[in-house]
Amino acid sequence: MTTGTNQPVDEYLARTFGVSADEYGKVLSIMGRTPSLTELGIFSVMWSEHCSYKSSRVWLKKLPTTAPWVVHGPGENAGVIDIGEGLVAVFKMESHNHPSFIEPYQGAATGVGGILRDVFTMGARPIANLNALRFGLPSDPRTRRVVDGVVRGIGGYGNCVGVPTVGGEVNFHAAYNGNPLVNAMTVGVAPKDRIFLSAAAGVGNPVIYVGSKTGRDGIHGATMASAEFGADSEEKRPTVQVGDPFTEKLLIEACLELMQTDAIVAIQDMGAAGLTSSSVEMAGKGGVGIELDLDQVPQRETAMTAYEMMLSESQERMLMVLRPDRQDVARAIFAKWELDFAVIGHLTDTGRIVVKHRGAVEADIPLDPLAEQAPFYHRPTAPTPSRTPLGPVSDPVGIGAALLRLLACPDLCSRAWVWNQYDSTIGGQTIRRPGGADAAVVRIEDHDLALAMTTDCTPRYCQADPAEGGKQAVAEAWRNLCAVGARPLAITDNMNFGNPEKPEIMGQFAAAIEGMAEACRALDFPVVSGNVSLYNETEGTGILPTPAIGGVGVIEHAAQTVGIAVPAGAALVAIGRDGGWLGQSLWLREIAGREEGPPPPVDLLAERLAGEFVRGQIAAGRVRACHDVSDGGLLIAVAEMMLASGVGATLLPPPDGAAPHGFWFGEDQSRYVLAVADADATMKAAKAAHVPARLIGHAGGSGLTLDGAEPISVATLREAHERFFPDWMRS
Amino acid sequence: MRAGIVVFPGTNRERDVAIALKQVTGQAPRMVFHHETDVAGLDLIVLPGGFSHGDYLRCGAMAARSPVMGAVRAFAAKGGHVLGICNGFQVLTEAGLLPGALLRNAALRFLSQDCKLRVERSDTPYACHYRKGEVFRAPMAHGDGNYFADDATLDRLEGEGLVAFRYEGHNPNGSAHAIAGIYSPNLRVLGLMPHPEDLVDPLMGGTDGLPLFEGMVEAIAP
Repeated sequence: MTTGTNQPVDEYLARTFGVSADEYGKVLSIMGRTPSLTELGIFSVMWSEHCSYKSSRVWLKKLPTTAPWVVHGPGENAGVIDIGEGLVAVFKMESHNHPSFIEPYQGAATGVGGILRDVFTMGARPIANLNALRFGLPSDPRTRRVVDGVVRGIGGYGNCVGVPTVGGEVNFHAAYNGNPLVNAMTVGVAPKDRIFLSAAAGVGNPVIYVGSKTGRDGIHGATMASAEFGADSEEKRPTVQVGDPFTEKLLIEACLELMQTDAIVAIQDMGAAGLTSSSVEMAGKGGVGIELDLDQVPQRETAMTAYEMMLSESQERMLMVLRPDRQDVARAIFAKWELDFAVIGHLTDTGRIVVKHRGAVEADIPLDPLAEQAPFYHRPTAPTPSRTPLGPVSDPVGIGAALLRLLACPDLCSRAWVWNQYDSTIGGQTIRRPGGADAAVVRIEDHDLALAMTTDCTPRYCQADPAEGGKQAVAEAWRNLCAVGARPLAITDNMNFGNPEKPEIMGQFAAAIEGMAEACRALDFPVVSGNVSLYNETEGTGILPTPAIGGVGVIEHAAQTVGIAVPAGAALVAIGRDGGWLGQSLWLREIAGREEGPPPPVDLLAERLAGEFVRGQIAAGRVRACHDVSDGGLLIAVAEMMLASGVGATLLPPPDGAAPHGFWFGEDQSRYVLAVADADATMKAAKAAHVPARLIGHAGGSGLTLDGAEPISVATLREAHERFFPDWMRS
Repeated sequence: MRAGIVVFPGTNRERDVAIALKQVTGQAPRMVFHHETDVAGLDLIVLPGGFSHGDYLRCGAMAARSPVMGAVRAFAAKGGHVLGICNGFQVLTEAGLLPGALLRNAALRFLSQDCKLRVERSDTPYACHYRKGEVFRAPMAHGDGNYFADDATLDRLEGEGLVAFRYEGHNPNGSAHAIAGIYSPNLRVLGLMPHPEDLVDPLMGGTDGLPLFEGMVEAIAP
């Protein structure tokens, strides 16, 4: 057996591959000999945190993953839920954090490409992309370049591939200065009886490689810093891959065309750890062996070794197992789309992965132990200390001034600069574009059905209380779907945390999962797919714990959805209890300069009652606009509704005894603002549903009038709201 | 009216156009793949939006040299109706069927937003359901929509009344004379950057683009 390199395979080399001494001992016992370099490479990527979930698995198991409408939960390339009319929605969110800091454009672009493949691999045509982005402070000199590159990258890939980017979120915090988060989500739709899975079957069936050629890009992206290699080694290539959305578009069309036939037995994209993870997982899930002949792999560089080919993370590649009698049909389809198509191996009954290259066996590993003996850590956890309750806080600036400052701050200002770079209308089915509603709404072509989609997380809440923050992230996703009239069905989660070897970080992770699980159960909102991104630290400082939630809901009659734009003449009714909670609020941070207190708690029963009430009112046609109350509180919600339509409002004073700044800017949960024609009917219906409701004012005119103060014109609000991004990018 | 939609590798708005056409004609248009050369029986050929061949060279440059474009050229030469939208407009200029070129947007960014278009004349197969001077809304989504032509060409376009649509108010991409779309001298070839096909359903925010398709069907019907 040859290694293709002069490096001796030993415990030291294993450590540079991210394989611990204990883990290397396991490798030796599984192999019964010293592994080859290629074999060590395969073990190291399969046992990496990224592929094995070795620190997180023990906790992820606590999440509810089933419901009558769940077709496939976690474990497949993406989650699958039944949305009626014989259709399923296929969706997942995945992170591309580290690459996006090193090379923002390509890092973000390939993040979009990767998540798209996870979805169309299952036979679904992608109908929407979303994202969840966290950046460092705008004042940090690195941030602007990262924001600009990430936004261009997301747009560059999504726009070209022709999938509308319809929603997302953008936040700024110092904790992300050296470690931005780029989480990309894709939602696709497929016929329920045409879902494609990855479990290989049929000994002797051919293993087919399609898509882009393999290069040396991204080798070992999943496990290690290439700097630890020798100074003269080829492996010093960048670990950030380069995306080619044009090839991805061809790959989508070719795969979906092939999926109209009965040729495919199993299919999986080559994502992290490329050919290694796709072949190992497909064979492993199917309980078969697999033999690969790397001489047949389409290559774009010369003299690649087996090690390089097995670990390359070149983009836009798929691996398939085909029925042998349908190989020609498949080959013709890929020829039509001008994509490489190569038979690179076949399935065996050996239960082993055997990799041959230039006549030599470069790897020969039993698949069961590779999967079953994968490391599994129950890492120590330390609880997050609870925050001291916030005492009374006085209002230093007044309501109107605070409103203008909050609307202008980076976390609340208009994101038009961002979403105007994303094609949100392609496909001709986008009912609610970014900024138009609490969730994006996309109709399904030739159906009356529409899907509502959102991404949510409030990391500052998670930092202060990970369990409450995890709960809140799930609840807010649920709320945003209810606010457009959708029935929330399921979520995908993207768990972004720091170094799991630190007990306090693992404690955040564990608590966030507990909070999420509680909310998922209470709201019948299971997790069907997800991704874990750990070690998000720079110079020993971790990010805010960020369990980003991607929620999907269904609207049975697409016309029955509402946006946030308030029409003139409507009454404004606040649903939910009166506000007053300023702990961890944006008002406290931006106006009082404090990041203190516990976050607002979520009463899941109240959440459910309020959401179901709102959804019922929308379905009954009684709601003309709806907006949930989240960051910034009630007055920000009303201002955003006004900005969306250009219509002003006159608001009633807060109830007796309530501090105005707490009432208007408190971030109490489970609340909505409804714009309705008949306030009495809404109040009556709310009472009958045991949901608190309060008439807070009326829409009309061209300014916001608060409790007798001078009106603030919508134009003034808009000027404040829209200033930040264009000014910052120009500066 | 029998319509064909050309699909180059990387075309991505063919379904949007198909939906709009089907809505007004009642029948699904024919998809014409880029290496086909027979367009017999078609009354209208649409070159839709997208990133043909990735637009890794100049936008539309490679698509303009596809086998199908020989047939499109011959079709246009015989007085056939050709509509190029976005990347399709870029292909038409690269193919020499319309003058000028589409440069990078002046702001050097991809722009996806609604724009307002002023109808410059309504006595054409494409604008006959609009009124001259009418302003309608259309989504735009492009990185290279900055119309450029030399002064002589611009003078000719203006003098012969071949400007189809102009951006009203804000000129989003820096186009010369705020040009959003132009006609061939016989008014049968139209290229425009925005996407009227994405605004033909009240549910999607309006029907401002519908008159273009309705007018076209009425004017072109054999």
